[in-house]
Amino acid sequence: MTSIYSADGQNVACTVVEAGPCVITQVKDEATDGYRAVQLAYGEKKEKHTTRALAGHFAKANTTPKKKVVEFRDFRVEFEGGVSIGNIIKAGEVFIEGDFVDAIGTSKGKGFQGVVKRHGFAGVGEATHGQHNRLRAPGSIGACSFPSRVFKGQRMAGRTGGRRVKMVNLRILKIYPEQNLMLVSGSIPGAKNSYVILEK
Amino acid sequence: MSELIKFVEKEYQEARAKFPSFKSGDTVNVHVKIREGNKERIQQFQGTVIQRKNAGTNGETFTVRKVSNSVGVERIFPILSPNLEKIELVRKGRVRRARLYYLRGRQGKAARIKELV
Repeated sequence: MTSIYSADGQNVACTVVEAGPCVITQVKDEATDGYRAVQLAYGEKKEKHTTRALAGHFAKANTTPKKKVVEFRDFRVEFEGGVSIGNIIKAGEVFIEGDFVDAIGTSKGKGFQGVVKRHGFAGVGEATHGQHNRLRAPGSIGACSFPSRVFKGQRMAGRTGGRRVKMVNLRILKIYPEQNLMLVSGSIPGAKNSYVILEK
Repeated sequence: MSELIKFVEKEYQEARAKFPSFKSGDTVNVHVKIREGNKERIQQFQGTVIQRKNAGTNGETFTVRKVSNSVGVERIFPILSPNLEKIELVRKGRVRRARLYYLRGRQGKAARIKELV
């Protein structure tokens, strides 16, 4: 993350995203697949790490093996060249400065965490007045002889982070078309250099 | 820092060149643009720089402290802010640390900083 200054002197926090170049590896339509979608591939991968099946798939699109293959449903044709197999899509062709996008990524893994961090419980609230070593405890997890069990879905401590998270309505502050870079306002789920999906 | 972030920040770093280099302990006079409705005017704020934070990044700020009507006033300026018109270096000070928080607890003669010669 970094920050830039708007014209009126506001300092806006933003994340740098490398968006593209993506190659269209498959176009799905209603006749053959039952729904419309476009499959994009991004990131170079070595040939020896590619399975035969995928290698054939990339060969069909006339491109080198790629690391990430993601499908986008109901893709709108808004850039020149149109949607056909083998076409290359760049950041400047799909996005415009000022657009709002959604960013989907895998959040950073945080290990086994208690309920205060994991679910935002308030904890006990006081360290004194008879409380002993239960400052961040969850409290009661249910009633007594009825129902004499804990309900499913009761929020408890456990593995936190490392799940798919979507941040909605992030503004595109700036686009560098030659470098395929975009500045997206605010933070984006995941560690540095991880992959994110941007949807408009 | 990541190469991509460096690339993005590069174009903003040029704004830094129009200011003199200053450190904590120096006395500076900061000219700030202030918008009042449609009118724009310049306000000056002169005092001692007590810290520079996040140096080298886009978010770099510096804190200026002055004593106004025997009340300590501190203002934090982002160094790349487009609202900064000018920074004048009034006096270079000799200090032995980067964060001069100890000035907050001092008054009058005790709060002086020796001039760097």
